[in-house]
Amino acid sequence: MEVEVLEGIFDANEIIAAENRRILDEHGIFMMNIMSSPGAGKTSVILSTLEGISKEFSCAVIEGDIAGKVDSERIAKTGVPAIQINTGGSCHLEAKQINTALKKLLLDGLDVVIVENVGNLVCPAEFKLGEDLKVMILSVAEGHDKPHKYPLMFSESSVLLVNKIDMIPLTNFDMAQLKETVTRMNPKIKIFEISCRTKEGIAEWLDFIKDVINEKKKSENNPTESTG
Amino acid sequence: MHELSVVESMVAIVLKHAELNRASSVKKINLVLGEVSTIMEEPVRFYFEIISKGTVAEGAELFFRRTPLMAECVTCGEQFKVIDYDLTCPRCKSNESKIISGREFRVESIEIE
Ligand SMILES: Nc1nc2c(ncn2[C@@H]2O[C@H](COP(=O)(O)OP(=O)(O)OP(=O)(O)O)[C@@H](O)[C@H]2O)c(=O)[nH]1
Ligand SMILES: [Mg+2]
Ligand SMILES: [Zn+2]
Repeated sequence: MEVEVLEGIFDANEIIAAENRRILDEHGIFMMNIMSSPGAGKTSVILSTLEGISKEFSCAVIEGDIAGKVDSERIAKTGVPAIQINTGGSCHLEAKQINTALKKLLLDGLDVVIVENVGNLVCPAEFKLGEDLKVMILSVAEGHDKPHKYPLMFSESSVLLVNKIDMIPLTNFDMAQLKETVTRMNPKIKIFEISCRTKEGIAEWLDFIKDVINEKKKSENNPTESTG
Repeated sequence: MHELSVVESMVAIVLKHAELNRASSVKKINLVLGEVSTIMEEPVRFYFEIISKGTVAEGAELFFRRTPLMAECVTCGEQFKVIDYDLTCPRCKSNESKIISGREFRVESIEIE
């Protein structure tokens, strides 16, 4: 006998992601999920972002790594609360881990949660966490051909930060080519060219992210206008 | 790379429906796997064998139906197969399209006894 099932295998994760989103919306907290391959600059971007916004907004960071707590210690030095999740070999964060981490944070009065996903350009794209914004980072040393090889990540993200632009003279990186490819895959994506070393382009990124955070705070004050 | 946890979810879904239908064994599992999903067939088969051991799903055949990456144009409604991830509408050249299939991984049905 054949029995119809019609259940998505990611459904369980998506139900928990929606629950995370509900908790965040209730508290007017904005959450962004930062994804990239290992070493592209996730922790550096988070540190630069905190430097620019943590006076204005109360922030917390959730660090996902296969092992160790190096990155959460880098964050904690700034005085921003950081929770480390060790995935124990797993290549991505799942909504359940974020749910547990949110329970450890003092949510009242919090404005922003930044999640650093596991360094990987493939798997994190497939798992929703309940975030408001998916941000991916590509560092110029990785090459402008990456969208062809990792299309899901480029098409799922709302923001692309092209990092380490201070290194462009050392590479054959073609920014125009990258932008053309990415925009064809994902016409709505916002692209910022930045360097966490020289701070070039960081101000534009901060302006953008402050606007988005303020939008979310406004919707908390007027829950009927919430767009979700 | 994350097939282990994914196969755990898959087997949980299969066992839930097997139990609901009082199955004594699951003969076949019909899966739908989108063309651009990050999930690969081979590791799914590998982990399935391990995880299903000792359950009513042990020994079930896995059948994968692959679905192409398809998009629908928001402007003119054209549905088209996406090639090389280019979301430009082939009919009206608008670049406002949304993906309608090709990313999914789901259990379509199971064949039980
Ligand atoms: N030249 C240059 N180096 C940078 C820049 N941003 C980050 N780096 C360096 O790149 C290396 C990796 O940066 P991280 O911020 O640790 O990268 P990550 O993505 O968090 O790495 P994982 O968490 O290990 O995946 C560090 O040595 C940084 O100093 C940049 O804009 N320019
Ligand atoms: Mg890091
Ligand atoms: Zn069209």
